[in-house]
Amino acid sequence: MRTLIIRRILTAVPLIVVVTGLTFVLESLVPGNTARAIVGASGSPAAYQRLRVELGLNNPLWYQYWQYFDQLLHGNLGTSVFTGEPVSTLMNQRLPVTLSLVLLATAFCAVLGVLLGVISAVRGGVIGRAVEVLSLVGLALPGFWVAIILAAVFAVSLRIFPATGYVPPSASVSRWLWALTLPVIALGLAGVASVAKQTRDSMKDTLAREYIRTLRACGIGQRSIVWKHALRNGAIPVVTVLGLVFVSALSSTVFVEAVFVLPGLGSMAVTATSQHDIPVIEGIALYFTVLVVIVNLLLDVVYGMLNPKVRRA
Amino acid sequence: MSEIAAVARPELPSSSRFLRRALRKPLGVISAVYLVLLTLACVLASVIAPYGPLTEDLTHVQAGPSAAHLLGTDELGRDVLSRLLYGGQLTLLGVVECVAVLLIISLPAGLAAGYLGGWVDRAISAVVDLLLSVPGIIVVLAVLTVFGTSMTAAMVTFGVLGSAGVIRVIRSAVLSVREELYVAAARVSGVSEPRIVVRHVLPRIAGPVIVQASLFAAIALAIQTGLAFLSLGVAPPAPSWGGMVGEAANLIDQDGWLLVPSGGIIALTILAFGLIGDAVRDATVEGWSATTAPAVRKLKRPAAPAAALPVSTAAADVRATDGRWSADPGQDEGTALAVRGLTVEFDGPGGPVTVVDGVSFTLRAGEVLGIVGESGCGKSVTALSLLRLLPPNGRISGGRVLLNGQDLTAVSEREIAALRGKAMAMVFQDPTVSLDPSFLVGAQVAEVVRRHDRVSRAAARRRVLELFEQVRLPDPAGVARRYPHELSGGMAQRVSLALALAGRPSVLIADEPTTALDVTVQAGILELLRQLRKETGMSIILVTHDWGVVADVCDRALVMYAGQVVEQAPVRALFRQPRHPYTLGLQECNPQRWTADGDLPVIPGTVLPPALWPVSCRFRERCRLAASDCALAAIPLEHDADNREVRCIHWHELASASSA
Repeated sequence: MRTLIIRRILTAVPLIVVVTGLTFVLESLVPGNTARAIVGASGSPAAYQRLRVELGLNNPLWYQYWQYFDQLLHGNLGTSVFTGEPVSTLMNQRLPVTLSLVLLATAFCAVLGVLLGVISAVRGGVIGRAVEVLSLVGLALPGFWVAIILAAVFAVSLRIFPATGYVPPSASVSRWLWALTLPVIALGLAGVASVAKQTRDSMKDTLAREYIRTLRACGIGQRSIVWKHALRNGAIPVVTVLGLVFVSALSSTVFVEAVFVLPGLGSMAVTATSQHDIPVIEGIALYFTVLVVIVNLLLDVVYGMLNPKVRRA
Repeated sequence: MSEIAAVARPELPSSSRFLRRALRKPLGVISAVYLVLLTLACVLASVIAPYGPLTEDLTHVQAGPSAAHLLGTDELGRDVLSRLLYGGQLTLLGVVECVAVLLIISLPAGLAAGYLGGWVDRAISAVVDLLLSVPGIIVVLAVLTVFGTSMTAAMVTFGVLGSAGVIRVIRSAVLSVREELYVAAARVSGVSEPRIVVRHVLPRIAGPVIVQASLFAAIALAIQTGLAFLSLGVAPPAPSWGGMVGEAANLIDQDGWLLVPSGGIIALTILAFGLIGDAVRDATVEGWSATTAPAVRKLKRPAAPAAALPVSTAAADVRATDGRWSADPGQDEGTALAVRGLTVEFDGPGGPVTVVDGVSFTLRAGEVLGIVGESGCGKSVTALSLLRLLPPNGRISGGRVLLNGQDLTAVSEREIAALRGKAMAMVFQDPTVSLDPSFLVGAQVAEVVRRHDRVSRAAARRRVLELFEQVRLPDPAGVARRYPHELSGGMAQRVSLALALAGRPSVLIADEPTTALDVTVQAGILELLRQLRKETGMSIILVTHDWGVVADVCDRALVMYAGQVVEQAPVRALFRQPRHPYTLGLQECNPQRWTADGDLPVIPGTVLPPALWPVSCRFRERCRLAASDCALAAIPLEHDADNREVRCIHWHELASASSA
């Protein structure tokens, strides 16, 4: 178990090098983009050259990257080309928004998806077919479009939820939840379907196992068999899917935060892209990668907890 | 050479064959037709679109659908349908770029990793693992940050990132093909490697590749339209599907209609890609099951007419049996369990098939009754049906199971659940898979104890230790803290027995309880069963195919053949003078009786599958006494005064032969 975790952390190092290095390589393909973006098309060649030197863009690529990585290890992610603020400050302000969204969306998928999956595994019938249809619909409807429709119906027409804006939970937990309800549904809809499908398949599989028959033969009731024994034994693939749901919800924040005008990392990534703000996009890539690494680590820990053979090994 | 011929390539679902199968899926066909028409319409937009993509008509702004504008107009009076057709060009081009890059990278890389193996495989897999953890959308945004408004750059990047998952799928598909005999045979007979890849490997991975490509096309479309929605990668006045959703979103408080055509076409197109993927996947799966299981099909086909015949002789048996013993056996003192005319059917491909046919027996208190027979004769199904533990495709279709005057086949699911473990418990064949692998064995037994006794956790723990002592487990407290995979087979079977004993049942059903165990452990478990019977006075039904076990433990035995009881007798009499030729045959081929100087005798032939069982004698084909009258009618179960039953009209011949 411990070696597994250490191996995970070690493989994360090349991952972070690759992701942060990528933008450097890209920029070398189109030299001078950042300086050009700041100076503007009308800027004088002299000003452009001065800025290149100032930003260190005249140095060889490996040296630029080494400097960046060295700063990174000291917690310095550079400054936004556009606002001049430190990237880490900008991101730390926005991280809680994105994390709230993604964690709530994953929890939403876990609760609703597992519930639907278990019911359709045990009962089948109407709910089983509903899960089929929902998974097709969830796959087909693009998240940003669902977000707009939700906003149009529940915020603009019915005025039940706010259409835009974010309230930190430190200010008011209920208003925090209220503000995030629609974005969370938009982010989670596709995930609910895939969690439900996986839960159903793996529950059907475990319910046919011999130990379930043994438990039944001993008089253990249906409730304990379904919710304790079958669910516990069928949980590993469901947890895997929940990990994927987390990662894809993280990606989808790019679209959904834009629709609901939430001040998170996703909307910051969009702004940075259109402003050619490379240090910011680099920082976000780093944060997202680290989040994915952490989730994978947590998944390994959960697998260990669910599978005694791994835990005791 | 003949061996190579023998492992000739199975009939492969060549690409054209499974495409044909895929075309039989209506949803897949509809999706394919939709995509072809959509692509044509977008490519030919300049010819068929009623208006130009940027043609403004400020007199018809945000008009709903009409004859002039089939899908209405936007805020500048531009025709929505025309803009969708023109916008589709960029969108679909993006998808094509993305999928093309995906295939160009993943096909050679996946083939190389799977087929070459070794360091190539390790290197490619390492890169794949790395790419799979990269947050794709952010990398795409980073590319757009550098390359400005190049949608092509974005889609190519996304294709590169997506190839990781597809490489993995191709690699594992190639691995499984590589191991197949016909590929090895081709290699041995000198076919060149590239030729093997093209002729044998590529056709096999075509299915999974098409599935992956179409599912990825769906994702690529969602990403492309998403980026366009964010005005990334497209310049604003140019039409794009995502951009049109964005424009519609700005007008959301005035007019919801514009969201419908733009979002609708995106959703439909994503759906079409997804459905094609599903259809091809189903077709591929069918292809394999069709080519790998022809023998099974041939066997099953004549099933329907045989199953339709009135096979059962159960009714006659019930009457005969009930007449012999008391009319209501449940009332009889000393009877632990009475089974009358028990009939079980399973759903088969040609309708329900009877697998247990009119089984009747009476289990006396404290008695050990053996149920003997070959595999496929219905022993285990009989045992399972007593507690109504049949799988969902099986059911009790007739007869009664009487326990303390209560017919278990008639009580509700809730009532039978309350009786399981308490009145009658069961132990299964393979103890290592019969315990829940996720819970400590102590906790499992404690849950069962609390289910029956409703005691505190501490009291349940004490009872668990008592039970573990009762089944002679060494170090009960230590065993309780182990997981099932940490137990040996013998220990696991003792834990299973403890589970069964937790409810203090009066009847224990043991379904081949020693078959999966080492020979040295078997004796210990049998000895334990004997002791438990003595200590608790419970009755035991022991399902087995081992005559040694019967002789060792049982008082009486029931021989089953093809779903019917063919003989029933006290064990001593059964060994001294078997009456049914099947019983005799089984005893003769018992390896323990075999002497080294001869071949081990066998009964010729095998048990037919249930759908093919005849109405008349089911053993006739394999029987030494077979005569023409055996095939005429159902053979009744004969009872005689010394407590024996036999289902054979010629049994006297056997009896006189063996006594002579």
